[in-house]
Amino acid sequence: MSKEYETVIGLEVHVELATKTKIFCGCSTAFGAEPNAHTCPVCTGMPGSLPVLNKQVVEYAMAVGIATNCNITQYCKFDRKNYFYPDNPQNYQISQLYLPICRDGYVEIKGENGTKKVGIHEIHMEEDAGKLIHSEWDDCSMVDYNRSGVPLIEIVSEPDMRSADEVIAYLDKLRLIIQYLGASDCKLNEGSMRADVNLSVREVGAKEFGTRTEMKNLNSFKAIARAIENERERQIDLIESGEAVVQETRRWDDNKEYSYAMRSKEDAQDYRYFPEPDLVPIVISDEWIDEVKSRQPELRDEKMARYEADYKIPAYDADIITSSKKMADIFEQTVELGANPKKVSNYLMGETMRLLKENDMDADEISFSPKNLAALIKLIDAGTINSSVAKEVFEKIFSDDIEPEKYVEENGLKMDNDEDGLRKIIEEVVAANPQSVEDYRNGKEKAIGFLVGQTMKATKGKANPGIINKILKELL
Amino acid sequence: MGILDFTAVELAEKIKSKEVSVREAVDAVLEQIDKTEENYNCYVTVDREGAIKKAEEVQKKIDAGEIDGPLAGVPVAIKDNMCTEGLLTTCSSKILGNFIPTFSSEAVLNLEKAGAVIIGKTNMDEFAMGSTTETSAYGVTRNPRNPEHVPGGSSGGSAAAVAANECFYALGSDTGGSIRQPAGYCGVVGMKPTYSTVSRYGLIAYGSSLDQIGPLSKDVRDCATILEVIASHDPKDSTSVKRDDTDFTSALVEDVKGMKIGIPKDYLGEGLDPEVRDAVLKAAEVLKDKGAIIEEFDLGLVEYAIPAYYTIAAAEASSNLERFDGIKYGYRTEEFTDLHNMYKKTRSEGFGPEVKRRIMLGSFVLSSGYYDAYYLKALRVKALIKKAFDDAFAKYDVILGPVAPTTAPKLGESLSDPIKMYLGDIYTISLNLAGLPGICLPCGEDSNGLPIGLQLIGDCFKEKNIIRAAFTYEQSVK
Repeated sequence: MSKEYETVIGLEVHVELATKTKIFCGCSTAFGAEPNAHTCPVCTGMPGSLPVLNKQVVEYAMAVGIATNCNITQYCKFDRKNYFYPDNPQNYQISQLYLPICRDGYVEIKGENGTKKVGIHEIHMEEDAGKLIHSEWDDCSMVDYNRSGVPLIEIVSEPDMRSADEVIAYLDKLRLIIQYLGASDCKLNEGSMRADVNLSVREVGAKEFGTRTEMKNLNSFKAIARAIENERERQIDLIESGEAVVQETRRWDDNKEYSYAMRSKEDAQDYRYFPEPDLVPIVISDEWIDEVKSRQPELRDEKMARYEADYKIPAYDADIITSSKKMADIFEQTVELGANPKKVSNYLMGETMRLLKENDMDADEISFSPKNLAALIKLIDAGTINSSVAKEVFEKIFSDDIEPEKYVEENGLKMDNDEDGLRKIIEEVVAANPQSVEDYRNGKEKAIGFLVGQTMKATKGKANPGIINKILKELL
Repeated sequence: MGILDFTAVELAEKIKSKEVSVREAVDAVLEQIDKTEENYNCYVTVDREGAIKKAEEVQKKIDAGEIDGPLAGVPVAIKDNMCTEGLLTTCSSKILGNFIPTFSSEAVLNLEKAGAVIIGKTNMDEFAMGSTTETSAYGVTRNPRNPEHVPGGSSGGSAAAVAANECFYALGSDTGGSIRQPAGYCGVVGMKPTYSTVSRYGLIAYGSSLDQIGPLSKDVRDCATILEVIASHDPKDSTSVKRDDTDFTSALVEDVKGMKIGIPKDYLGEGLDPEVRDAVLKAAEVLKDKGAIIEEFDLGLVEYAIPAYYTIAAAEASSNLERFDGIKYGYRTEEFTDLHNMYKKTRSEGFGPEVKRRIMLGSFVLSSGYYDAYYLKALRVKALIKKAFDDAFAKYDVILGPVAPTTAPKLGESLSDPIKMYLGDIYTISLNLAGLPGICLPCGEDSNGLPIGLQLIGDCFKEKNIIRAAFTYEQSVK
């Protein structure tokens, strides 16, 4: 490759909002119900039904817009996007084209050369479609409208990103902002956050953008990074071999690490957008914006600063803990129950992160309750259990959210502080390991560790390590 | 004088005083249907069993004093584009030939709460697209005043059913004149209220920004009474408005002294049948004699209303009718090769030619590259028309004119020339574009004995002005 190329990337991010009910009817948005259990005439497109806008959707969209420095469109409207597909019961989707609720914002990300702004072109509100289930067995397709009418916002960025790293940083930033606002849980793997990548390449220094493609079906950060690398290479290869990049929509297959063309610009559908006549324009007053602003919760940057100042934990800790709203919530709630902030932080950064990694889980999937972590720290502080038991108990808390006091009691894990009893066991250990005793006496300090370990083993880990050390030193 | 000669309000009084039972009223209507329905075809569905059952329920409630309204126990006919729970609702289209709604439209629920007994669902132009009730998939409806002629449309079945005494009153819907024009052709009273007054929930949409439900009745008192019952603020319809002035019967006053009535010169010009013109001007004279101040004025923009209307209505219709695809309910083609083939065949077989024409027209004006030139331009014309009416209503309380350029045409004359048929809407469609209320009532007959309709137009939310003028006229010529 003789020339140097620059990758130009813009993102369209769909986020499912965390409202209790759908955008245009009162049906539940809860996940996992029987097919078509959460439906009504409105979200199944029955003749004569009419949409009524859920105010919470507007407020969430405004909140995201405010947090991403957008201008709020104070006279905004919905439009119909017309296309025929069975997952779309009316054969039009109610969306926003002409007057989207937010425009001209940005977020700051950490780029290769320090902080960088990524522009947000617009944020608009729309309804999700239903889900088609294809039954090979019966040679038919079925449709589940539970998701039909679940509210979405689509966040359209400017083509301001230049690498997969920047894309991930941008998505992470959006995810955290939205999670902190409580507007969505933003889970890529469950589809509550979905990103389409618009990508083009051009020679470094070129002023014009190259022809772009749009990549769909990206279900994880890793898939996004792989798809970006792959598409960049594909486009450069085309250009190098004198072929043209075709403007088209492509679908990523993450198993095969390969994308294929879904439809070209020529086949692009004409959606015949026009203003939705069944909904009145949304008029957003200054007062309403102020009200939403005043309810805006603390976002990550503010939270980090507060953790350092109020809880006196290091910036490094604050950064990791606030990298997930879930973890930050657990941290604050545990501290509120009286636990020492640094000790809580250590548990989150150490054991919690280890277990997440081992179980291939996301921090958002943490399911233990702060009161159990607080109780565990209390047991350790009180000397009721030793650190190795604590580790075991925490694993149980992490997996099953058990109550530590009860668990310790039921499994007889209380620290053994009975000096006389321990002395007997240690005497046996010493007698059984003459070599280690010899080594220790010859100045090998480490040898005592082995003897402590043997004692622990003999006491099933319950012994108080302080007492073991004390007795061992006496005996030796 | 038989039961069928009563107006709806008179019948309710007779029922209340126990001179007539609800069942007797229903039986009288069903007997009349047996006698004349074969000639007129007013109904798509006559719900005999349902009506008889309902009659007994309602009678009990009236006897128990639970229902005490001015329409309690009175049989009504509903246009077949309003959903009725458990009762076939076809929009006079093959594509909804088997569609039984799971809920009733809000206007119907309001009537039922007031003790109405639904006799059946009336024929209409398919999906309310047409001005003659000849585009129905279930046969044409004939004008009871002369069966060689059309009843008008699209609420032709409702107007004909009232004129033929096959019900005591009916609901229609009006997107471009579909209540007022058939009322005029059949010699009954019909009214389109201000847009947003009657909930559209459960009305199968044609042109959502123009559609409005309204009454067809034997006289102005019935009309005001029905409107008072069906008007309501409905949170299920975002375009529904909360009004505290829906006591329309309070305007049944025989007094127009000092009322300023304007007649647009534009409504008296070329294309207007001289007999219609004379009858309308004579009606104006009657009101003048009663103390109204009558003036002719230039409204303007009248020639732009038809193209603007057919652009906007067709655009909305092309989208509103997308849901009829053979997937979830209604007609599905017998054989197909794949999904898109199923869509195409279902819709080709399920829709009639007029509906297809408007879907194509609407799809075209919304398509990329034409949206600005057609749809947006039509919206600007709509705004200008509204402005022209605002200016007129700064000077006048009521605008008076004909409802249609001619009396009812003969069957088969209109569909051969759709443009001519569209031009017949010239005096009615501006009201839908501007959201205004309008009432049509009979003002004489032409030399063939066909009724002539007088249209009175009010400013938005000023139904009472036109009810008062209409009532005064009606009382004066009784």
